[in-house]
Amino acid sequence: MTTPSSSAMLGGKRRTQPLIPFETAGKLGRFGLLSAALLTFAFLYVPIIVLVIFSFNSARTGAVWQGFTLAWYEKMFGNERLIDAALKSLIIAGVSTLISVVIGTLTALAMERYRFRSKPVWDGLLYMPVIVPEIVAGVSLAMFFSLLSGAIRSIVTAVTGEVPDDVDVRGFFTLVVSHVAFSMPFVYLTVRARLADFDHALEEAAQDLGANELRTFVRITLPLLMPGVISGALLALTLSIDDFIISFFVNGKGWNTLPIYIWSALKQGVTPEINAVSTALLLFSIGIVVLSLVVQRRHT
Amino acid sequence: MPDTLPVDCAVELRDVVKKFGDVTAVDHVSLAIRNKEFFAMLGPSGCGKTTCLRMIAGFERPNTGEVYINGEAQGATPPFERNVNTVFQSYALFPHMTVAQNVSFGLEMRRVAPADVKRRVGEALDLVRLPQMAGRYPKQMSGGQQQRVALARALVNRPQVLLLDEPLGALDQKLRKEMQLELKSLQTQVGITFVFVTHDQEEALTMSDRICVMSQGRALQVGTPVEIYERPNCRFVADFIGETNFVNGKITVIEGEFATVETAAGMRVVGRIDHAPGQRPAIGAAATLSIRPEKMVLAEKRPDATANAYEVRVISVGYVGSDTRVVVSLGGERVDVWEQNSVSTLDPNYFFHPGETAWLTFKPDNGLVLTA
Amino acid sequence: MMRVLRERKGLQLFGLMLPGGFWLIVFFLIPIAVIGAISLMGRDDLGSPTLPLTLDAYVESVDAIYFELFLFSIWLSFLTTIATLVIAMPVALFITRLPKKWRNTMVFLVMIPFWTNFLVRTYALLFLMRANGPINNALMDLKLITEPLSMLSTPFAVWIGLVYGNLPFMILPLYSSLEKFDWTLIEAAQDLGANTSKAFFRVMLPLTAPGLLAGSILTFVPAVGSYITVELMGGGKTTMIGRVIATQFGTAGNWPLGSAMSIVLMVIVTIAALLYFRVGRGERIAL
Repeated sequence: MTTPSSSAMLGGKRRTQPLIPFETAGKLGRFGLLSAALLTFAFLYVPIIVLVIFSFNSARTGAVWQGFTLAWYEKMFGNERLIDAALKSLIIAGVSTLISVVIGTLTALAMERYRFRSKPVWDGLLYMPVIVPEIVAGVSLAMFFSLLSGAIRSIVTAVTGEVPDDVDVRGFFTLVVSHVAFSMPFVYLTVRARLADFDHALEEAAQDLGANELRTFVRITLPLLMPGVISGALLALTLSIDDFIISFFVNGKGWNTLPIYIWSALKQGVTPEINAVSTALLLFSIGIVVLSLVVQRRHT
Repeated sequence: MPDTLPVDCAVELRDVVKKFGDVTAVDHVSLAIRNKEFFAMLGPSGCGKTTCLRMIAGFERPNTGEVYINGEAQGATPPFERNVNTVFQSYALFPHMTVAQNVSFGLEMRRVAPADVKRRVGEALDLVRLPQMAGRYPKQMSGGQQQRVALARALVNRPQVLLLDEPLGALDQKLRKEMQLELKSLQTQVGITFVFVTHDQEEALTMSDRICVMSQGRALQVGTPVEIYERPNCRFVADFIGETNFVNGKITVIEGEFATVETAAGMRVVGRIDHAPGQRPAIGAAATLSIRPEKMVLAEKRPDATANAYEVRVISVGYVGSDTRVVVSLGGERVDVWEQNSVSTLDPNYFFHPGETAWLTFKPDNGLVLTA
Repeated sequence: MMRVLRERKGLQLFGLMLPGGFWLIVFFLIPIAVIGAISLMGRDDLGSPTLPLTLDAYVESVDAIYFELFLFSIWLSFLTTIATLVIAMPVALFITRLPKKWRNTMVFLVMIPFWTNFLVRTYALLFLMRANGPINNALMDLKLITEPLSMLSTPFAVWIGLVYGNLPFMILPLYSSLEKFDWTLIEAAQDLGANTSKAFFRVMLPLTAPGLLAGSILTFVPAVGSYITVELMGGGKTTMIGRVIATQFGTAGNWPLGSAMSIVLMVIVTIAALLYFRVGRGERIAL
């Protein structure tokens, strides 16, 4: 039995989205879909919501609601180590995002606009950070930096004749470098996708009107690429702030980021303060998502 | 193809070849486009016309051969150093700039003084009749308006040659016709050379001073619209421009300007034959007679003419108001005949009906014998 | 319109690719090579890697205990992928049938967990499921149970944690693929006599397969190498490869073994990825 398609009746003009075929499955099907969706959203959000709620719980331990309080937030803002970790996270994120964006954009331009024989190799290489498990990336970087420290120690010894006490490159440098390493490919993918959709005729028009290649890039290509670049930047920022595993393996003395702080706090026991920090971090991430959407909407 | 190269030449292509990988897009094309000419490059998609245009603009470089603009070889000169401007098929207006900024872009690149820029932009917008639109953004405008902005943006730079790549393709019928007239008058007004690429032969015929018909990378014929229409030099051109009927056979007689083509079935048709030296075909050569539908006459009785008179059977009759389009069977072959309805009448017997027999004639002058 | 790719403009191209290329090679490839090298070394009493080169670490990594561990990790990740697929499909379908306005809001709502801190999200689940957590307390208050359920530190908990953490990674590619799907094809199938389930399996599924596979890879890969989820949800009792590797570089101090395991893990992941590129059509994932 075939159902007459409503689209056929709309004066012959077919919509690309006709009535859902599962309409033939009847009301049950549609109800099932709706409830499945609702349950899933509940599954996704309930833990988060509970977390947020209990950050306002005045009970010290346990999840019994005892009353509303902002005490944990106060404590959080007064916790020097925590604020320090947050600041460090922001600094690392800021610096690494900046570098990632520049490198990622340049690479996207190269890969999208040029033809060269080793391209497939680079294509694969650039996908690797997306695929390689974080734990492997983390330990491999840790080993690499350890090696680097050893090499520097040897060089210093050879040059000055003295054995330095403790050479450890780890810290700001390694954190930034590692963050760039894993976020750059994401910026690259975002910008490249945007480049692929780019109307090449616009650049030809600019050249036709007298702009040489550099001026075309600065006046036409870059401004129109900006939304993609910003999207990529926000993505890199989020990845950096949220990163735990890699940061954990490559950080050095005194360079604990916020996720590392949260992790060590967790190891010592669950407290509502952790809930407060988590909520704050959540809000921050949501803020970035909203920002990203606003940017995208403004330019489409 | 062209016989003598005019001295007053805006654009010239000399034996240009362009390949993309294995595909030869432009195959030894030579063209001379005169100053202040409205020149159309016409052909089906893939014929190489756009590639030629892009080579004039500088976006492609010929593999062999040379492009000359105003007598100067262009070589590897990039587009931003050539004194030509392009109106792109998709208009390619910069979405992040206003209309005024779009139009002034070329002037800015040439470092024209701001006061002059403002004045010239105003003039250009007046020229295309969009004076109030300076502050708008492209996405706020209709297709027709966008196209005019693209025109203004190109013309404001006073290029020697304006290149137009199928600019009217995206417009609806009515707007198209309007724009055709506008473009033509604009060209006369501004007084520069227009090189216009299109696949629409009606458009080319209406607007151009001369047309170059292209197919599969080759320039088949260059001439005025009348020349192209009435004296096509090969079957492709005869078929591509307007409608025509083909009768295939072998040449049996050549007498002065006329030749007789005899079909396999023994039917004979007489038409004009090309005089060009070295082009005279031999008796027995394969040839095709091209005769356009409007050049033939259908009559009830056998006419007096001795040549080109045939008894035919009417297959279908199409009434389109201004003319009647009759399809007849001439010895099994389908032939289209168009007769103008020059008499106002309601009498049904005025028209032919399917199944009737009739006499089809045409003057030998109106038929063309082609061997290419 | 033809796109013109510039032929290798030597210096320009080199300059553009230099930073990215340098970074990838020095801070990605070389470290992995370092791990590869260490995996081939022996170890002395202090746990430091020594020469000569040997395959001992690899042998050890596939001995009974660790082999089971690898299998367990793969199996659990596979279950995770299936579960997320089953859960994500109705949601993705649901979103595609909403009017355009609502769709963007819904996608936004799915994106939020995707963008928030993985550690925090997993902690939220942990908090919820603890012996002293809201679920247990509620159940006890309702007198449904007398003793708190010990949900954590079990494979079940880890599985839930993995599903929870990776769900957005499955929903988004799936939705993206479904959104591009031409529903009139289903109509055509129905017109030709196919019922709903036939239309689904013979028409829709094959055409949305790339999105499905993309989501599967994006779920399987993080799951198999998972560290945070295992540590938090598995306590000490349930463990997976990721955690064991981390311990080798930490307390257990067996770098060669950790490195060998990392390499094996990478091989597993690469195989999965290759399967995707072979079977799927390598659709670019819109981020």
